Amino acid sequence: MSTTREILLDPLIDNNPIGLQVLGICSALAVTTQMKTAVVMTLAVIFVLAASSVSVSVLRKQIPGSVRIIAQLTIIASMVMIADQVLQAFLYEISLQLSVFVGLIITNCIIMGRAEAFAMQNKPWPSFLDAIGNGAGYGLVLIVVAFVRELLGSGKLFGETVFRTVSEGGWYVPNGLMVLAPAAFILIGCFIWAVRAIRPSQVEEEFHVGLLEAAHDSELR
Amino acid sequence: MEHSTRHTVIFTTLLCVVFSVVVSTVAVSLHDRQEENKRLDRIKNVLGVAGLAEPGERLSPDDLNGRFESGLEPVVVEMTTGQGVGGIDPLSFDQRKAAKDPERSRPAEDNRAKVRRVPNHAVVYLIKEGDQVTGFVLPIEGYGLWSTLYGYLAIEADLQTVKGITFYAHGETPGLGGEVDNVRWKARWPGRQVFDAKGTPMIRVKKGPAGTVEEDPFQVDGLSGATLTSNGVTNMIKFWLGRSGFGPYLAELRKQGETG
Repeated sequence: MSTTREILLDPLIDNNPIGLQVLGICSALAVTTQMKTAVVMTLAVIFVLAASSVSVSVLRKQIPGSVRIIAQLTIIASMVMIADQVLQAFLYEISLQLSVFVGLIITNCIIMGRAEAFAMQNKPWPSFLDAIGNGAGYGLVLIVVAFVRELLGSGKLFGETVFRTVSEGGWYVPNGLMVLAPAAFILIGCFIWAVRAIRPSQVEEEFHVGLLEAAHDSELR
Repeated sequence: MEHSTRHTVIFTTLLCVVFSVVVSTVAVSLHDRQEENKRLDRIKNVLGVAGLAEPGERLSPDDLNGRFESGLEPVVVEMTTGQGVGGIDPLSFDQRKAAKDPERSRPAEDNRAKVRRVPNHAVVYLIKEGDQVTGFVLPIEGYGLWSTLYGYLAIEADLQTVKGITFYAHGETPGLGGEVDNVRWKARWPGRQVFDAKGTPMIRVKKGPAGTVEEDPFQVDGLSGATLTSNGVTNMIKFWLGRSGFGPYLAELRKQGETG
């Protein structure tokens, strides 16, 4: 049994859902052109992940094995709809920018992955911590990628001008690649590279675990 | 752990009921707030295009409502006759929904803006200074490169000079076609002329930079790297100002202008 600290902090770097398990890439491409959307998306994912992991964990002894995936999906889908409704009511402009990607949190493999791999076997409190940790790990990558993309792609951070662009009468020529999806791939690649450069001793072993988990999760998709 | 079939059925039924009640409760209790957000967003866009709010100006809901009430009057227009009609509340009328409803819309003539259906009615906003009408805000929509762009075009009371343009929903490439949102590009529009001497909509987004309003009254700078979005903007303006769009309404306004 891992300690509380490990459950919470492990997914940030050592077992990052995007960096190591390479899950949740789709939304990571779509919502990272701006910091604002990346932060809101992170919060929405953390909420959905925590709420569904706790619910799954509470019900884990009652959920029949034969229908467990669909039962988990029902719970996750409900949480996603709640998150979407709340965003539309309280953060309307951001919800317009996030558009379908809030609804698509349901297809985010991180959430089903945690429900199936962790919450089904563990008590609510560790499941909650695991969800927060994984949500934060996902958010960390999103925010790092969004920081670079917004700064280099439009010269702004949180919509505030940092580099005045040429089209607004300044000097900065924005990097058009950064606002397009491929930039996110390149940046996530760099992120994975950086993490493995910092933790070289774990590269081989983690890579192996990553492969196994990826194979396991691809069945869920 | 194995469970009996009976347990499985009861569990799944309960699960579905409980979670649907939770989701519905949240949706119903937040519905009013969401509708209000949509309405305020629409008001903000109309105020912006009518020149009653500065771009990027932060306005409280009260400011928005106040400026809307003092400066704008929504009117429901019957598209084919161009007459104003009563019986429909302009504030709750959802034109995009109406355009999808076969009972409240008709198929559009083949057009380059790729508009499939035209609603029977549309909401036009009169821009007012006191009792004087100083301009009109017309809803426009049409296809760009990836997506349908939805926006407003404001014209002066002479029905000839552009007052402003804005798009409130689109999915064009950020940085290229997405530059339809660029304040500096939108600032190139006011003052341009819409119709030629015969009354055909002539205004267009050209490729490359256009001259000043005096030199180039019928052309606006193209968006660099976004020829298809630029063409889409041209096509939708031509469509909505033409006879399938607000042509009859504008003709009606001109007639009123001559007699009144």
